[in-house]
Amino acid sequence: MFERLAEVVNADPAIMRWGREMHETFMLQAGETQHLVTVRAGRIEQVERGPFVMRSWRFAIRASEECWSQFLRSPPAPGWHDLFALLRRGDVKFDGDQRVLWAYLLYLKLALERLRQ
Amino acid sequence: MIEPITGRYAHIALDGREHRIYYEEAGAGIPLLCLHTAGSDGRQYRAVLNDEQIRSHYRVVAFDMPWHGKSSPPAGWQRDEPYRLTTDAYTTMVMTLARELGLARPVVMGCSIGGRIVLNLALKHARELRALIGLQSAAYVERYYDATWMDHAEVHGGRACGALAYGLMSPLSPEAHRWETVWHYMQGGPGVFTGDLHFYQVEGDIRGRIGAIDTRLCPLYMLTGEYDYSASPRDTQAAGERIAGAKVTIMKGLGHFPMSENPEAFLWYLRPVLEEIRCAA
Repeated sequence: MFERLAEVVNADPAIMRWGREMHETFMLQAGETQHLVTVRAGRIEQVERGPFVMRSWRFAIRASEECWSQFLRSPPAPGWHDLFALLRRGDVKFDGDQRVLWAYLLYLKLALERLRQ
Repeated sequence: MIEPITGRYAHIALDGREHRIYYEEAGAGIPLLCLHTAGSDGRQYRAVLNDEQIRSHYRVVAFDMPWHGKSSPPAGWQRDEPYRLTTDAYTTMVMTLARELGLARPVVMGCSIGGRIVLNLALKHARELRALIGLQSAAYVERYYDATWMDHAEVHGGRACGALAYGLMSPLSPEAHRWETVWHYMQGGPGVFTGDLHFYQVEGDIRGRIGAIDTRLCPLYMLTGEYDYSASPRDTQAAGERIAGAKVTIMKGLGHFPMSENPEAFLWYLRPVLEEIRCAA
């Protein structure tokens, strides 16, 4: 689901610029499947697929597989087009360091929606 | 090409303090006072101000609320409590602006927080107003995220506010207009968007009172973009069902900022509403 994230984000400077100070590893979870995404200066260095044993991450974005597949449709239906649209219904959970998530929220939104194309 | 919009400053007392308020206007005729969204400014209405058909029958006015756009906070703000918008202050602001700018029985059109305050204007000032248009109008939106992060030393407020506004728009709206809308959000002062959301998500809950709105005194139109999840179509419809005579329209393919994210599509919905109001006069 998120395997193409590095390819699409690293090819788009208009997305990478919003993450240029970001040096973090964060989790994307779809159902039970976990991915760890490592970002260095806005470039996605790697997307690893779990299961993981005792790995650290800064924040996690968790939703069901069905939710992510609706989110990644192009174009997405109303109510499925943004992380905060999912948040209002409780369909997505943000865990961990909320400050870092807010600091890079624009980067994260643009990166994830780039998977739609 | 030079646009027909002109901008001026009005010196107006609000809550006993001098304010310098920036406003733009265009056209002549029935006064149409436009209220911008939380954390943004009157530039959102430039397509309405520039629309030839609307300008030919309406005097369109869009002002920047205090703290927003080119309207400064009142002198001494640095020693005040942090900015927080309230129902009373917002209502007084709109009615004072209308009076000071010589707008007799205006139509008031507001979006988001503006769409909320038109409901209170319908309750408190219906006889002084010709019609009300609520864009993205909901009686209440619960706090589903922590807005204090947008006013935090370790989070860039411009980027965070921009990110929030970005997602509220329709993915179908033209990219250039969406990113201009984001830019307005990126230019907001620290804590201003959060201060507006105090009204939107905490203090300004009007659910218990909207049933008393009398649309025979002042017609109420409610137009909501289908991609808005903040004041969602469901929220608008729920409010509309409790107000006898309210005219609810769900705007296809639009989001939370219809007038700025997709002006052409929005004007297609707005022009007939303004024609109806004009012909009823």
